[in-house]
Amino acid sequence: MSYLDYQVAQTPQGWRKILYLNWPLVFLVTAVSCIGFLMLYSVSGGDIDRWAGPQMQRFAVGMVLMFGLAFVPIWFWRSISVAAYVICVLLLILVDTMGTIGMGAQRWLDIGPIRLQPSELTKVAFVMTLAVYYDWLPVEKVSRPLWVLIPVLLIMLPTGLVLMQPDLGTSIMLIAGGGIVMFAAGVSLWYFGAVIAAVVGLVTAVMKSRGTDWQLLHEYQFRRIDTFLDPGSDPLGAGYNIMQAQIALGSGGWSGRGFMQGTQSRLNFLPEKHTDFIFTSLAEEFGFVGAFSLLALYALILGFCLHSALTNRDRFASLMTIGIAGTFFLYLAINMGMVMGMLPAKGSPLPLVSYGGTALMILLISFGIVQSAHVHRPR
Amino acid sequence: MRRSQKEILESARGISRRGLMLGVIQASVLGVLGLKLRSMQLEHEDEYRLLADGNSIKIRLLPPARGLILDRTGVIIAGNEQNYRVTLTREEAGDVSRVIAGLRRIIPMSDMQVAQLLEDIAKRSAVTPVLVADRLDWAEFSSIAVNAPALPGVTPESGLSRNYPRAGDFSHVLGYVGPVSDYDLSKIENPDPVLRLPEFQLGKVGLEAKMEEALRGKAGNRRVEVNSAGREMRELSRQEGQQGATVQTTLDAALQNFATQRLGEESAAAVVIDVTNGDIVAIASSPVFDPNMFVRGISSADYQALMKHDHRPLADKTVQGLYPPGSTYKMVSLLAGLEAGVINGGSHFYCPGYLQVAGRRFHCWSRGGHGSVSPTQSLERSCDVFYYELAQKLGIERMSAMARRLGLGERHDLPLSAVAEGIAPDRAWKRARHKQEWQIGDTINASIGQGYVLASPIQLAVMTARVATGKAVIPRLVRAIDGQPVPVPEFESLGISPANLAIAQRGMDDVVNGSHGTGAKSKIMKPEWRMAGKSGTSQVRNITAAERARGVVRNEQLPWNRRDHALFVCYAPYESPRYAVSVVVEHGMGGSTAAAPIARDILLFALAGGLPPLDAYPASQRGGIEEMRSKMNLHIAEPGNSTTRARA
Repeated sequence: MSYLDYQVAQTPQGWRKILYLNWPLVFLVTAVSCIGFLMLYSVSGGDIDRWAGPQMQRFAVGMVLMFGLAFVPIWFWRSISVAAYVICVLLLILVDTMGTIGMGAQRWLDIGPIRLQPSELTKVAFVMTLAVYYDWLPVEKVSRPLWVLIPVLLIMLPTGLVLMQPDLGTSIMLIAGGGIVMFAAGVSLWYFGAVIAAVVGLVTAVMKSRGTDWQLLHEYQFRRIDTFLDPGSDPLGAGYNIMQAQIALGSGGWSGRGFMQGTQSRLNFLPEKHTDFIFTSLAEEFGFVGAFSLLALYALILGFCLHSALTNRDRFASLMTIGIAGTFFLYLAINMGMVMGMLPAKGSPLPLVSYGGTALMILLISFGIVQSAHVHRPR
Repeated sequence: MRRSQKEILESARGISRRGLMLGVIQASVLGVLGLKLRSMQLEHEDEYRLLADGNSIKIRLLPPARGLILDRTGVIIAGNEQNYRVTLTREEAGDVSRVIAGLRRIIPMSDMQVAQLLEDIAKRSAVTPVLVADRLDWAEFSSIAVNAPALPGVTPESGLSRNYPRAGDFSHVLGYVGPVSDYDLSKIENPDPVLRLPEFQLGKVGLEAKMEEALRGKAGNRRVEVNSAGREMRELSRQEGQQGATVQTTLDAALQNFATQRLGEESAAAVVIDVTNGDIVAIASSPVFDPNMFVRGISSADYQALMKHDHRPLADKTVQGLYPPGSTYKMVSLLAGLEAGVINGGSHFYCPGYLQVAGRRFHCWSRGGHGSVSPTQSLERSCDVFYYELAQKLGIERMSAMARRLGLGERHDLPLSAVAEGIAPDRAWKRARHKQEWQIGDTINASIGQGYVLASPIQLAVMTARVATGKAVIPRLVRAIDGQPVPVPEFESLGISPANLAIAQRGMDDVVNGSHGTGAKSKIMKPEWRMAGKSGTSQVRNITAAERARGVVRNEQLPWNRRDHALFVCYAPYESPRYAVSVVVEHGMGGSTAAAPIARDILLFALAGGLPPLDAYPASQRGGIEEMRSKMNLHIAEPGNSTTRARA
């Protein structure tokens, strides 16, 4: 059933929509964000103006946006999906040609006072576009090669542009996010098997390319892989961050060292403690209890999203919700895997908790669209 | 395009199936993360906690206060003083040149010092404090402390540093401390980590070096929390160090001061031993230097001046200086002859002024000769021919055996640097050392303390104490450590017959109190302090045939470093000996003229426990003594008081 088939009269109208929001999801997102504020306050050494304050302001703005988006009917968002996708691709081309250099890569566009990171926006827009595609495509055609090729191209276009920045991490996220939507849409598992086999082959090729003329990655990216494989090999260099993060995390124990008592964060042994490594501060100061609680809250967010997706009879809404929740999941899993030493050290924030305006805004915007789908579901 | 209900349901079922699969995958990944979390935080917590503490907790040593060194009466002769200093930490200072400009308004610093300081700061890490200035006075120090808010990164600190309140009086016996060098560390097996502290000092020479272990004490420690840059954030715990042991010496500060002053600028040494227990009550070598200069870091110019001085102020002549003992050795030869039975108290030798032995003529110092000489007269008049005759009958082996019995040719076990062994020569020694056979002439030279015989002032003082008591007096320098008295051993008898000993003692008494005594001018007029002694004048050159042809060259005509050494050994009171003294004046020319008055004055000071009354001196000398005293720079305020202290 497509939105054109909705009996519009049956969807809640006006302020009554507030009663049909996915409230548990609102509370969970707020709870996780509050943990973020607490940790940002702690790692700043009690200086609220440093990180916690600005983050709270952005959260407030983001919440207003989220509610605003939730009140707009889902079919409006569906209708602008493709346009948003095209705009994002254009912005990515713009970044590649004239973006600001940051951290050895071009990622931002400075538009007056606003610093725009189009790759973040792309994550939402292209998930929605894929959902639109599969909503349109008859179910029986889903696994046919030609109809598989189209979404693959839709994914590869922005991915290629992001890779040119170069931003390997986000490229992988885009591929994985798109893959989740395709998986949910019912594309034959054989394709996924083939892709995984290809990736394994590619990784082997990449690793073999090191030091040759056709080297496929930057040297710093190779070094990160080295560090991941053996953090102790370079304890004062690249491996330092991972070692210190693990020390912080492990030393938390059952109940942690107490709020603002973590020596690793307070004495600056932890790198990037307000962004990528904030989870280790939480684990250090609140121990297993705190860290596991956050993990549980994330699990609940994913659970409620999945529930909302599976109970929604609108194909677009289901796929879009699964895609956004999947991207959310990828972020938190990669971040936690990284700080626990299970994945390579890659600049990746912990969603809703790490300090960072764009990421928080994009997350709340995407939850706003998920809410819109929830409110305006077919009844 | 409308879809059939069937189509819609089919699609929804497909999504549900795939959605649930995704949910399961996500749940498994979260489960793995949770398990990893559990493994790290619950199972390996201890390992990580250890690493976290190792990161942030550092142990900083607290240098212990060095033990004090006291004289026998409790006067501090080596102590510690507050050293006020200022350090600068670049990280906290920000604009270093501005802070230094601010400091220069309070403490004077030359442009060169500032340049050196900037270089130091650039070399060190930003969080390491760099020493800006030390030994500030209290006014400067407090001014910096008050202005601290305007001088970021500047830390006024106070620490202890060694101080020698009596300056040069004890320079040789105490030695001095100095910064620990790499060479010092290389000599010590498993060095105490406190030695690696930048400001730490250890004993370099003398008592400071030999008693280093007792004086150093035990370092305390502070556990501090540091941040990733190494900056101290707070102190977690503090355990104070344990001060080094207080070492009480046998020295008497007042007597040591007097002896040093009495030696003056001569290149000389004096040793005073309490014959009853072996206590060295004074041990002075001159000229002196100020050991405080070494503690503060001696300038190159000052050091060069000390090194180039022909009187060798850095050498401790009392234990390191070896001199031919000259006629002070005659007690050795005489007692050896008496004990061997070669002569007895009634033996006489005739002295015509020289003796012809093996085609060589050996002269007496008295060209005209002494005529018939008895054993006691041989000491009184210091007749050389008597000893030439005796030596031929006695032989070197028995003579040197007696020398060793009296403490010569033996390294006395004292906590001082480079204590010399001296030489009591015999046939085996000459064969080993010079690869030559012993000659009769060698024995004759040795009998009057010339030739191969060498002795240090401390050995001569010990010899005198042993002759005075007949016991094997062993010198010692440490009286108590941390209040625990070092036991005085019961001295064994030397095994010399009292009659023979009395002959030597009587001879020494006659040297000072006899009608023909060489030391008659240094007589003590108070009968209860009656002094016995022996002078010695030892050649540092051979009189060449040419010189002899011209007539004996007078000492005064020679350059200073070729003049004869002047020696005098003595003890008192004669009836019940208390102190033995030896004095060597390098190139002093005459034992009885240069050394004897010094030895007498020091002995009198020891006996009186302060400046002695003038009536202890011969009437004709009292004016000179008074004049000399007025030029001395003595520490004692009330001379009478120290009598009781000296006995304590």
